[in-house]
Amino acid sequence: MVVEERTWVGKSVARREDPSILAGRGVYIDDIKLPGMLHAAVLRSPHAHARINSIDTSAAKQVPGVVAVLTGPAALEFVTPMPAFCAEPVVQHAIAIDRVRFVGEAVAAVAATSRYAAEDACQQISVEYEPLPALSTPAEALRPDAPKLHETLQSNVVFERTLRFGDVAGAFSSAAHIVKRSLRWHRMGAQPIETAGAVASFDPYSATMTVWSNTNMYNYIPWVFANLLKVPTNRLKMIPCLVGGSFGSKHLITKCFSIAGALTKATGKPVKFIEDRIDNLAANDNVGPDRFYDTELAVAEDGTFLGLRLNIVDDYGAYFQFAQGQHGNALSQPTGPYRIGALEYGIQCVLTNKVQQGFFRGAGSDHGNFALERLVDAAADELHIDAAELRRKNFIRPEQFPYRTPTGNVYDSGNYGRVLDRALAESNLAHWRREQERLRQEGRYIGIGLASCQERSAYSATEWWFWYDKPPLPLTTTPESVKLSIDAFGGFLLTLGCPFWGNSPSTVAAQVVAEEFGIDPATIAINYADSQSGALSAGPGGSRLTVMLSGAARGASRRVKEKMFRIAAHLLEAAPSDLELRDGTVRVKGAPNRAMSIADVALKAHLFKLDIPADEESGLAATFTYDHPFATRPSDDRTDMGAFYPIVSHACHVPVVEVDPETGRVTVLDYLAVNDCGTVMNPKLLEGQVVGGIAQGIGAALLEEYVYDEHGQLATSTFMDYLLPTAFDVPPSVRVVHEETPSPYTEFGVKGGGEGGRMVAPVALASAVEDALRPFGVSVNELPMTPERIVSWIEASRP
Amino acid sequence: MTEMKPARKVALRVIVNGEEHEALVEPRRLLVDLLRDDLGLTGTHIGCEHGVCGACTVLLDGQTVRSCLLFAVQAKGHSVMTVEGLADADGSLHPIQAAFMAEHGLQCGFCTPGFLMTAYELLRANPAPDEEEIRAAISGNLCRCTGYQNIVRSVRAAAETMAAAAATPAVPA
Repeated sequence: MVVEERTWVGKSVARREDPSILAGRGVYIDDIKLPGMLHAAVLRSPHAHARINSIDTSAAKQVPGVVAVLTGPAALEFVTPMPAFCAEPVVQHAIAIDRVRFVGEAVAAVAATSRYAAEDACQQISVEYEPLPALSTPAEALRPDAPKLHETLQSNVVFERTLRFGDVAGAFSSAAHIVKRSLRWHRMGAQPIETAGAVASFDPYSATMTVWSNTNMYNYIPWVFANLLKVPTNRLKMIPCLVGGSFGSKHLITKCFSIAGALTKATGKPVKFIEDRIDNLAANDNVGPDRFYDTELAVAEDGTFLGLRLNIVDDYGAYFQFAQGQHGNALSQPTGPYRIGALEYGIQCVLTNKVQQGFFRGAGSDHGNFALERLVDAAADELHIDAAELRRKNFIRPEQFPYRTPTGNVYDSGNYGRVLDRALAESNLAHWRREQERLRQEGRYIGIGLASCQERSAYSATEWWFWYDKPPLPLTTTPESVKLSIDAFGGFLLTLGCPFWGNSPSTVAAQVVAEEFGIDPATIAINYADSQSGALSAGPGGSRLTVMLSGAARGASRRVKEKMFRIAAHLLEAAPSDLELRDGTVRVKGAPNRAMSIADVALKAHLFKLDIPADEESGLAATFTYDHPFATRPSDDRTDMGAFYPIVSHACHVPVVEVDPETGRVTVLDYLAVNDCGTVMNPKLLEGQVVGGIAQGIGAALLEEYVYDEHGQLATSTFMDYLLPTAFDVPPSVRVVHEETPSPYTEFGVKGGGEGGRMVAPVALASAVEDALRPFGVSVNELPMTPERIVSWIEASRP
Repeated sequence: MTEMKPARKVALRVIVNGEEHEALVEPRRLLVDLLRDDLGLTGTHIGCEHGVCGACTVLLDGQTVRSCLLFAVQAKGHSVMTVEGLADADGSLHPIQAAFMAEHGLQCGFCTPGFLMTAYELLRANPAPDEEEIRAAISGNLCRCTGYQNIVRSVRAAAETMAAAAATPAVPA
């Protein structure tokens, strides 16, 4: 293989946005201020389930500064019900109509001259509720006598289907061992430090709605938002701001748009709605899946994995906003890095009185990693095979790529054995095993975990709907675009269609352009385009952006460069193929005196039409839309879901923990992550993503959960109860090392790396805690491993 | 039902980043709203409004406070420093800011102003903190992006830069 010489790709180039942010000059959604702007606040339901008999807003309207108070029915004049990606008739309104179905559901919204006045007014709204029985668990919702959450449905099971790939019955009947586990993945959420928000301004004279926000997808499916706001698709302008973290939770934030949009139409003034922390925790799109797994792994006598059964009850909360898309996501890699030829994957999607699921980093595949790796550890225990060697024995081998998995998704490339070898070599395993032995003599319990997991990247969108035979929204496109302009004086401007979400899209795109032109990326200016000026862009999500921007930025660079060469060739009286670009100068190869700077060519291109070839348009810019590099359709019978998430990274994590059996406290002593996400675009930024993801994984494993009591009351609606990891909850040093198996399908061979840390760490830590508690015979089948749970497991294990 | 009346406003004078400001505020107005809304200093961020996340951290007479938990009137006659006060008058970044950039100590940047102010307070009191002392100082601030590792590195790097600068004889003004 020819290794390209690279100047900027692969280097830890500094981030573009940092200086302004560090100086306090970054503009986030709450920093937008418009003349005459009003502020919104929302009154929320204290009940998990109740009928709304009446709402009296008259006193609220008398509060000084209040301009409008909207209830659900009144808002419908201005906005439609919320967009939903499900085929079932589950209707959700941003402000509830007639009935509330979770604690925190919006009941009324107020616009006032200050947020203080708006919140005062909320306190003056009187609502007469008629409480209904709250369904706080799927078990309750499944009871035949349970009240139906939606009269439009037959029951609280909103969707149910079992898919089988390969010879599942054969695999299980021929197995020497069937390893079984009941596993639980708990409800947790993204919890960005910045909540979601929007500033909406409607101009009735031009019928144009302008919306500033911290969302994504405004250059991908802007018509979803236009439809919601009841404006024509070409009359909505969505303007991005810097985003203070999302981790998937801000893809659509349609509740914010709906509330700000309805209020700007109602008042004729710009309206800002910024969620407070309780709004965001209790009622936005923060929450990931909430699953009960019934799992079985069929294993041959020699330890070969033959088949996998995953039957899942998933608690969706009160609505079905994104349908079963996160199980579509999970079907990209349910069999992990292993050669498992047969798969049964069944889901039962249940509605309960909780906030509906949104998206969170991992998007459903992280739970698949948890289930599979817990089963593999269990198999190693039951068969008395070393856990690392059992994995190695079943790994897909390097020569088997591209590898078609049972579901039809393809893995592009990988070398899992090499990653495992590196992990075993660098984790000081022998040292920690000795320590484990020594400390057990002192009554201390340390454990070493291991997990080998996939990180699928670059989604194609079919996984949002292929569970349906008749999908409501069969998107098959996830494009990403970049516009590159060189102005008349040779200044480079890069226009992105995606937002800055805390990742580094502009830095990565500038690295690629710099590589193509041989210029310093720091000289390239960046523009984040709004929805009326940006080209197609699905934006961040599914670890796709580095892959997709590499393609888009390289494509746009090449288009601009070709035009530049055609013009320069004309002026230098040479053939374009005789030219080369070095140090910002276009030269005739072998003739150093025949050269023009990029600025010289650009000036001619912009202003001297008569000097450039007659068939060239003036100007020097190109937009390139990079479509998904390898996506195929699912088969009609859904026995083959096609290639939909084929750029597949891999990681092996080895954490070391100490567990105090008296207090149940878990301390992470050491953490190694060996990562292979293809060619590393920017080592420092990738390390940041991996370490940050691992911290979220530590939160998932040890701290974070949504707790609803038996009445459906949310007990964790603040950061005092919903615990995020602090600087003392993460280990002093997370070591991240990389193997690089380039993808054959992407530019530069890059693969996604944004979710990997988060997708692997929880199960690696479960493995470590189980190892520490081996003397007690404890199995870790659920998270988070809080002190209470650990102590109760140890208690339960005593004879 | 209580009748809502506009609250009596209180006049106050406060020094922010060395500059004197006058404002007329409701007694219940939060310090963070005074800074962001009335004075236009939007570098200070609101993360949780219940004193846990630390994104709104500013210095009040040199001590870190949560500006979402203080009333503006509590700052009356006092001196406040925000993230906007860190860089030099010529715009060049403070060594702590520069270190956060060099060590990739921020991703989304939303919590960053709070960490910068916390680090500023730490390094003034303890110019050479060890790992444990840095973690203790920042343990009241939440970051959801970085996992803290690069924040710790940034603070350590800033301490080293500042120590080196302090060891160099200053040019008389």
